[in-house]
Amino acid sequence: MKHTISVIVENKPGVLHRVSGLFSRRGFNIESLAVGTTEKPDVSRITIVAEGDDQTLEQIIKQLYKQIDVLKVFDLPADQAIERELALIKVHANDKTRQEVTQIVDMFQARVVDVAEDSLTIEVSAEKDKVENMQKLLEKFGIQELVRTGKIALQRGG
Amino acid sequence: MELTGAQALIESLKKEGVELIFGYPGGTVLPIYDVLYKEKAIKHILTRHEQGATHAADGYARSTGKVGVCLATSGPGATNTITGIATAFMDSVPLVVITGQVATNLIGRDSFQEADVTGITQPITKHNYLVKRAEDIPTVVKEAFHIARTGRPGPVVIDIAKDAQVKKIKFKYPDKVNLPGYKPTLKGHPRQIKAAAKMISIAKKPVIYAGGGVISAGGAKELKDFAEKLNIPVTTTMMGLGAFPEDHKLALRMLGMHGTAYANYAIQECDLLIAVGARFDDRVTGHLPTFAPKAKHIHIDIDPAEIGKNVRVDVPIVGDAKQTLKDLTEKVKPENGKHDAWIKQIDEWKDKYPLKYKKDKRIKPQYVVEMIQQVTKGKAIICTEVGQHQMWAAQYSKLTVPRTWVSSGGLGTMGYGFPAAIGAQFGNPDKIVFDIAGDGSIQMNMQEMATAVIHKLPIKIAVLNNCFLGMVRQWQELLYDKRYSSTNLCNNPDLCKIAEAYGAAAIRVTKPDEVKNALEKALKIKDRPVLIDFAVAKEENVFPFVPPGQALNEMLID
Ligand SMILES: Cc1ncc(C[n+]2csc(CCOP(=O)(O)OP(=O)(O)O)c2C)c(N)n1
Repeated sequence: MKHTISVIVENKPGVLHRVSGLFSRRGFNIESLAVGTTEKPDVSRITIVAEGDDQTLEQIIKQLYKQIDVLKVFDLPADQAIERELALIKVHANDKTRQEVTQIVDMFQARVVDVAEDSLTIEVSAEKDKVENMQKLLEKFGIQELVRTGKIALQRGG
Repeated sequence: MELTGAQALIESLKKEGVELIFGYPGGTVLPIYDVLYKEKAIKHILTRHEQGATHAADGYARSTGKVGVCLATSGPGATNTITGIATAFMDSVPLVVITGQVATNLIGRDSFQEADVTGITQPITKHNYLVKRAEDIPTVVKEAFHIARTGRPGPVVIDIAKDAQVKKIKFKYPDKVNLPGYKPTLKGHPRQIKAAAKMISIAKKPVIYAGGGVISAGGAKELKDFAEKLNIPVTTTMMGLGAFPEDHKLALRMLGMHGTAYANYAIQECDLLIAVGARFDDRVTGHLPTFAPKAKHIHIDIDPAEIGKNVRVDVPIVGDAKQTLKDLTEKVKPENGKHDAWIKQIDEWKDKYPLKYKKDKRIKPQYVVEMIQQVTKGKAIICTEVGQHQMWAAQYSKLTVPRTWVSSGGLGTMGYGFPAAIGAQFGNPDKIVFDIAGDGSIQMNMQEMATAVIHKLPIKIAVLNNCFLGMVRQWQELLYDKRYSSTNLCNNPDLCKIAEAYGAAAIRVTKPDEVKNALEKALKIKDRPVLIDFAVAKEENVFPFVPPGQALNEMLID
């Protein structure tokens, strides 16, 4: 099963290595990983999407808690989380196709962030599936380059 | 007070009560060694290898309960400590390992003797630090000792860049640590204690399975009180030897791969298993799905990650072993009498399947261990290497006191025992310290004989010399049709001559009737180490033996 795990850490050197190392050592494949600071400058949030069975996951969460620099760990079930991924997509576009591409951009509430003679660069921030759908629709125009951030997530409400 | 980083380090160590450091100098720790040159309150012991220093600090820690400290230079000095750190990590031993690092402007350039020590040691330490600023030294030392000795103890590495050792700072030792992510749970949850007490009170065939956690927590007395109040038999892991007196009527002694038959039978038959400070290691459980198949499980451990890691637990209790056993003893009321039938069953197993070996004209290794126990009246600190001799030492030493068993369990490090014995002797100058060794293992850290001789340590090294890497040979005999691939040590050097070359005493023993005399003679030597080379029966096997992957009750008894 796929899990989104949020690890709140003290912003100390080596902490990312410590956290990601635990996953690989205990046989969990990391599918995506995003790190950034939080509302407190000395605290970071690492969001990891990983696949594995529940027992291994429980062991990893406990091992994460044992790390001195780890403050909190959540396993975020999809229905309780607000999840987002950011993607930048550089897609081929000329006078003939530009209009069609911008329609798709509007449909996904994405934005064009760079315009060139034969391409458009699009920024989209959405749930993972949406990003992937948009990518599919753009494929026929020719995607030149694409980058995705990996998922970030917060618990809903409370 | 203005101090250099190196001076601040030594002052901080003094504040932590450090009296001994085991170490080996080199370029990036020169400023620290320069401070130690004049230092009176801390004694530095120069070993002959950094692995020796780490194991010595470990032996000191296990035998005294204090934090062991060692010091090594960057690069090869630091990498030589790795086996020692991993050994301590697997057995939850509190160590602070200080390594020098190249100066901050050289870090990351593959500089001379640069190694990424925090990277390398990350999976084998409880925590580690790379210190680049002298100002951070006092706080880091304070935190390192706190982390090493509290909760589930373990090794902490402090890697200090050379320029941070030289820079001057205003020294002030913090009186508190500030570690928001580190708060070990010491007291078991009352609801869980209540649930456990209930389960214990109705059990008909309970067994206590105690591990090294009882010793780390200083909980041997609480374990005894608990077992006696409820009349519950106690088996210990190898790491737990000494946590419960082996001559006690409730003692089942060691369980597992080479445990007693009666301990293993008791596990397989019990209806309640109370695990305390133990971690269901594969050497203990044998084939996991068939381990204690009829039992409900209570698991008490200070480390939440151990609970539920290998077996399903009915009542988990996160807490310190000493405190939790005390709370549990107060809470529980025996409702089922003293489960006399169960005790009777166990006594029958004890009669029918005692630990035993056949005597003949040769020196039996088990006999040597029995004699060591006899001549020292069970008062010695027993260190061991790894192999058959270690298992015989575990089976026949009849340990009764915590911290008298110093042996590498989790990592199984050959070469551990002798340097660990050096640390144990430094920590316990008035006690008799033995290293029970094999002829293979003793050759892994023989260089430390120099350290032991220089400091006039009266360590007794009892080599059970079978001219084999005996434990591996045993597996080859029983599981690989006697194909003795690379386990014959028939061209061993003369170990007595080696010991003598270092200035130690040496005794060779070839007949059973000389064993006791030789040991008594060795005990009289008080000013230097003595190596006793026992020519023991070569192809003796350790029994009972649970072949790997089998259930405990499928053990070979002889
Ligand atoms: C550093 C290390 N290398 C290899 C092993 C694997 N090993 C386990 S026991 C053993 C044989 C030990 O031989 P010896 O010290 O002579 O003791 P004996 O078993 O004969 O009593 C070996 C090679 C180990 N445990 N540690």
